Amino acid sequence: MKDVLESFLDRLQRATTLEHLQLATEELRDHYGVSHVVYHWVNSVGERYGAGTYSTDWVDRYLECDYLRMDPVILGCFQRFHPIDWKQLDWSSKSARAFFADAVAHGVGNQGFSVPIHGPKGQFALFTVNNSCTDTEWERFIEANKRDLILIAHDFNRKALEFERGADPAPTAALSPRELSAMTLLAKGLSRAQAADELQISEHTLRVYIEAARHKLGALNTTHAVARALSAGLIVL
Amino acid sequence: MLRYIYGVDLHKFPRLRDTMFRDRAIQFHDRLGWEVSVNDKGEERDQYDALNPLYVIWERADGTHGGSMRFLPTTGRTMVNEHFLHLTDGVRIESPLIWECTRFCLAPDAGREVSAALVLGAGEVMAQFAIEHFVAVFDPRMERIYRLLGVEPDVIGTAGEGRDKIAVGLWEMKPEAWPRTLRRLGISRETSLEWFNAAFSAAAPEKKSILEAA
Repeated sequence: MKDVLESFLDRLQRATTLEHLQLATEELRDHYGVSHVVYHWVNSVGERYGAGTYSTDWVDRYLECDYLRMDPVILGCFQRFHPIDWKQLDWSSKSARAFFADAVAHGVGNQGFSVPIHGPKGQFALFTVNNSCTDTEWERFIEANKRDLILIAHDFNRKALEFERGADPAPTAALSPRELSAMTLLAKGLSRAQAADELQISEHTLRVYIEAARHKLGALNTTHAVARALSAGLIVL
Repeated sequence: MLRYIYGVDLHKFPRLRDTMFRDRAIQFHDRLGWEVSVNDKGEERDQYDALNPLYVIWERADGTHGGSMRFLPTTGRTMVNEHFLHLTDGVRIESPLIWECTRFCLAPDAGREVSAALVLGAGEVMAQFAIEHFVAVFDPRMERIYRLLGVEPDVIGTAGEGRDKIAVGLWEMKPEAWPRTLRRLGISRETSLEWFNAAFSAAAPEKKSILEAA
C-alpha cells in the first residue's frame, strides 16, 4: 500500500491552482491531526499569497490589525534558513504577547514549527504547522516528523515558484546523466554499495547524488524517487 | 565557547567578527595562497558572506576568533553549484537536507580543541536541523587535519594543481565521532546543547512560559 504522505505529495505535484494548495493544507492538517497547516509566501515582486487552515476570522483580524509588521514568527524567520520552533522566538514584548493571546482566542494553537524558505530573486515563504498541546507532546511530534515537514515545505514552495513562472503543472525534472545512472541501478534492485561500486564512486557520494535526484523529483524518500523516475519515463529498465 | 551566528547578526560581535575575517585572510590568502580578496584592514570576504550565511565560530576566552566555518543551504546560491559543477559529475547538489560548508578556518595559533569544537558545531547543526550531508569546498592540504579528527571528507573531485588545488567533498557526522569529539574538547553534550540553544532561542526560558500558559 502506498504511503499516505507519498500519495499526498503526488497530489501536491499535480496542483495547478491556489485552491489545490488550500486543499493540500487541509489534507495535511487532518493527516497529522494538528490544529493548523499554513503555507504563505511573498513572490519576487512583493505580492503575497497564502493557503492554510486558519479561520477566516483570524485572517481578517490579522490583516485588519496589520499584524504582519510585528508577528514574531515572521520577524524571527525572515532572516533565517533553519526550521524554527515558536518557543525559540521572542515573545517578550507586550505587543507580541497581546498578539499571541489574540491568535489563541481565534483558534491558533500554542505550539508552532515554521520552515523558512528563500527562493530566487527575493521570494520568501513560510510553512507552518501549528497545534494545541503540551511541550513534551510537541517535541515528540517535531522530532518524529521534522525531516518530512521540511521536505513538504519545499514541495509547497516548488509549486509557488511554478505558479509564478506560469510553468506546466508537472515539468519533468531533468536528471543529470550521473543521477540517471544511479537511479537506474537502484531501480534494478542493486544495493547502494553495489550501485556505488558499479559507478566507481563512494557510497557517500552516491547517497548525495540520490538525495539531489530525490529533491528534483519532489519525492519523500529513495523508493518514492525511483517510482517517480519510472512513472515519468526518466529511467527505463 | 561555540557561537552560531547569522551574517546579519555579526555586528553584535564586533571583536569576534573582525578577528574571524582577519584570520581568514591569514589562512586563505597568506598561508594557502588562494586568490581571495583581502581589504585594507586585512580582512578576507567574498560574495557568499553577503548572502546572510550561518557562521559557526569558536570564541576564545578573550572574545577573539579561534576557528570558524560558514554554512549556506544548497537550495540557494552556493559555491559548489556556481563554480564546481565540473567536479561533481555535473550533479547540481541541491536539497533542503544538504547544506554547503565553506571557509573552514583556524586561527594561526589554534589548538586541536578548536577543530574538535568546529566538528561538534557541524554535528549539532546536522542533528538539530535534520541536515543529512554537508558538501564542502576545501583545500586538500586540510585533509590531514580532518583525518586526525576522524571526520575525513569523501572527496568527489579536485581541480587545479599544487597550491591552486581545490577539492569538493562530502561530510557526515558518524555516531562514533560524537564521544571522541566531545572528549577532545573536554565538554559534555549538555554543554554543547546549551551553547546551541543560547544561539537559537531568542527568549530566556522563563519567557517561554508565555506559550505554555496560553
